[in-house]
Amino acid sequence: MSKRIVVDPITRIEGHLRVEVIVDDNNKVTEAYTSSTLWRGLENILKGRDPRDAGFFIQRICGVCTYSHYKAGIVAVEDALGIEVPLNAKLVRTLMNAALIMHDHPVHFYHLHGLDWVDVVSALSADPAKASKDAFNYTDTPMYTGEDHLKMVQKRVADFVKKGHLGPFANAYWGHPTYKLTPEQNLIAVSHYLKALEVQRTAAQMMAIFGAKQPHPQSLTVGGVTCIMDLQSPARLGDFLFKFKEVAEFINNCYYPDVVMAGGMYAGEPSVNAGLGTANLFTHEEFQVSATEHLFESGVMMAGDVVALVTGKPFKVEDLDESKITEEATRAWYKNDAALHPYDGETDPNYTGLKKAQTVNDKGEEVETNVVKESGKYTWIKAPRYDGQPLQVGPLANIVVNYARGNERVVKVVDQFLKDTGLPIKAVASTLGRTACRMLEAKVVADNALVAFNSLIENLKVDDTTCATYKIDKTKEYKGRYIGNVPRGVLSHWVRIKNGVIENYQCVVPSTWNASPKDANGVRGPYEEALIGLPIADLSQPLEIIRVIHSFDPCIACAVHVMDTKGNEMGSYKIDPSA
Amino acid sequence: MEQTKLYQKISSRLGELEKFSPMKEDMSIAQLMDDKGISRRDFMKWAAGMTAMLSLPASFTPLMAQAAELTDRLPVVWLHMAECTGCSESLLRTDAPGIDSLIFDYISLEYHETLMAAAGWQAEHNLSNAIEKYKGKYILMVEGGIPTKNDGMYLKIGPQAHTGLSIAQEAAESAAAIFAIGTCSSFGGVQAAYPNPTGAKGLSKVTDKPVINVPGCPPSERNIVGNVLHYILFGTLPALDAYSRPKWAYGLRIHDLCERRGHFDAGEFVQEFGDEGAKKGYCLYKVGCKGPYTFNNCSREKFNQGTSWPVQAGHGCIGCSEPDFWDAMGPFEEPLGNRLYHTLYGEGADKTADKVGVALLSATAVGVAAHAAIAAVKGAPKTDES
Repeated sequence: MSKRIVVDPITRIEGHLRVEVIVDDNNKVTEAYTSSTLWRGLENILKGRDPRDAGFFIQRICGVCTYSHYKAGIVAVEDALGIEVPLNAKLVRTLMNAALIMHDHPVHFYHLHGLDWVDVVSALSADPAKASKDAFNYTDTPMYTGEDHLKMVQKRVADFVKKGHLGPFANAYWGHPTYKLTPEQNLIAVSHYLKALEVQRTAAQMMAIFGAKQPHPQSLTVGGVTCIMDLQSPARLGDFLFKFKEVAEFINNCYYPDVVMAGGMYAGEPSVNAGLGTANLFTHEEFQVSATEHLFESGVMMAGDVVALVTGKPFKVEDLDESKITEEATRAWYKNDAALHPYDGETDPNYTGLKKAQTVNDKGEEVETNVVKESGKYTWIKAPRYDGQPLQVGPLANIVVNYARGNERVVKVVDQFLKDTGLPIKAVASTLGRTACRMLEAKVVADNALVAFNSLIENLKVDDTTCATYKIDKTKEYKGRYIGNVPRGVLSHWVRIKNGVIENYQCVVPSTWNASPKDANGVRGPYEEALIGLPIADLSQPLEIIRVIHSFDPCIACAVHVMDTKGNEMGSYKIDPSA
Repeated sequence: MEQTKLYQKISSRLGELEKFSPMKEDMSIAQLMDDKGISRRDFMKWAAGMTAMLSLPASFTPLMAQAAELTDRLPVVWLHMAECTGCSESLLRTDAPGIDSLIFDYISLEYHETLMAAAGWQAEHNLSNAIEKYKGKYILMVEGGIPTKNDGMYLKIGPQAHTGLSIAQEAAESAAAIFAIGTCSSFGGVQAAYPNPTGAKGLSKVTDKPVINVPGCPPSERNIVGNVLHYILFGTLPALDAYSRPKWAYGLRIHDLCERRGHFDAGEFVQEFGDEGAKKGYCLYKVGCKGPYTFNNCSREKFNQGTSWPVQAGHGCIGCSEPDFWDAMGPFEEPLGNRLYHTLYGEGADKTADKVGVALLSATAVGVAAHAAIAAVKGAPKTDES
């Protein structure tokens, strides 16, 4: 007899997300539904506005990947107006992007995803002296793992737990059978959890040096950047450099070895060494570090080629063909069911509600609950498809595709990581692999982003322009776009300008690809596919589900957007107030 | 003496609070500071700073210190509505090992979706337990606008899929004090901009209980912490302006204390981004700075531990702590007088800049008039001052 579990809210993410699964008699997941439960309608709000304001509005899609949509909104308009941005501005934007990745990925690993891997309570029974020695198993240069430091951390946690009032740590999954770290390893991770709270402030300051503030920086403008005075100050540049080094040190000496440690311990755990989900991978060029060079390259790999890569067979990486991208809303709460080409798409809300069913609650009892209609519409996220197939985006796609492309900077860290963990390359194709690739992406940035800093210093010696001049001709029509790779994967923004104002604006967001619902053919999106076959030890404590979903780093406020990829004829859509 | 009365009022308030038992039995703030290496002298320095920030006389510093030490009496429930999590991120930026962050370590955070370990049923129970157990005693902080159209169906949370609207209303009902954190929760925010597809509203529009608005997109962590302290000190709403914003934080315009104000007065302006004026740090009014119309303390407090703020980074203020700023302050890179574009007020794109024209100093006049008008609005919530 199958049973159903609802996890809502999925916490420790950005946005509002519900996951429902059906399990069989062996408590293995046989079907999954991911449902976004908030709709805001931002693209519609942009219509009729000054194109120069697009970046400011659209930045408010998300305060976690706070810079990504700002930059995308500005660049899309620049592309439309045919503006060539000065090199100084491009490089400053890269440095701000580095600050974002170096903030976002560690915060995700420690503060959002960390409690899925680390049993805080177990750290109480650790031997700090042994833990301090153990830390050398994962790096020659561990940090914040001295015996005295670990003792202090342990005392802090013990004092907290002793009070019996756990606040944000209350009612969680401590002691769950799928926690695999030793008490000593848990203690090391808890020490880094606390340290990461401090380091993320420094990473945020890196962004604020050129960006005014973080979250929601405010120094990009159509044509360039406004922070010319900060660029003229050696003190400000030096501030950035030293904060960068401090955060990079944390990534190399804490984040990297912690993932190596988890990789070793979790390699035999069935709930995390599968779950690749959708195996079609997509990434895009990003991180310009000089006039001619980017850190990451573009590419699409369909499932067969990914399998060939990890099994040592010949494979190919394709270039993106944008005409193959479509979207549909068969299973999403919008009116148009037909699988239309995006530029014909409409976005009239059509909320069809939930239904009653028995589900397993946190006491293991079956209770009547509001659940999604499995054969109907069930989310505010539409289903993007490429050549009719779903695509997975994000650090796993970025690292695997760049590895396949032979990108030297990526190959180097991947090979080192596999050597350090003793894992085979096929281990990448899993929940654990997704989490590891996020760390590897942060490491590639931490190891190489100063190339952009040095390029900037060299260029400032001969050129102090930060903004291109331009004019918006109100009698002309413009169209343009941004496509790039942001912390959660491939992001694109598309804009049309007419009469000097925004005629239409669309976003195709990483979490839209990954949190996609099923399509008309019943093909699941990547989150859903990754859950199929997942064993759940205790239905009342579905930690395994949360761990798989967190490995994608959901950003759901971002995902709930209508999309159009054609660029030339953006879909006309309207909001029906009576819907 | 007004001051003496106020001093006595706060003292008795803190005395009462002290009678409540702390949430966490074993450790006092003093002990926590010890752990973190903060001396009593550092602490008093911080308390003096906070006292000044809240515009209280220096003699109130010991009370401020006492209030900080009493934060352990406060359970906090933090809800996420239609939002981007930027306000939560801002909260995470409180500086360590500063006392600000200790206070947030120390407050008992009963429910916060971005940070809490529990999910699903477990999370929902944490919320209902907190509301029941601390009825009338907890502080409610809400991030995000509230979708109200079609009975709030655009946001549903929890295994039983309650609307965000009903969850916020219920949590507000039993709260001791309510803070709308950020512009979305204060005034509806970006999703409430024209044409407001989901009928998003500020928290104060969906509950009868008094709401303190702490707007900003996002507000600085100091404004968030300062308001909690203010509540502990007074036990009542702080003095508020017509938009229910605490005057201590939102009483002055950005323009009043702007580091580029001298250039405004001297008539030295950036004409376009990246020009010679920009390199010299001239005033940003002509490239759209809304500092003259915006009430906030950014020019004093800055962001990210004083790293910078928009005007320092060469971009004008966009007015993000003002009601409906998304519609009222755009285009963000044009002076308000040059408004050309479709907005809430229906201006068309065919209008040209020449028809409008703006005298430089009229900005000041407009700002002053705005301030006067705001101060004169009647029907503001009852506060300590009124």
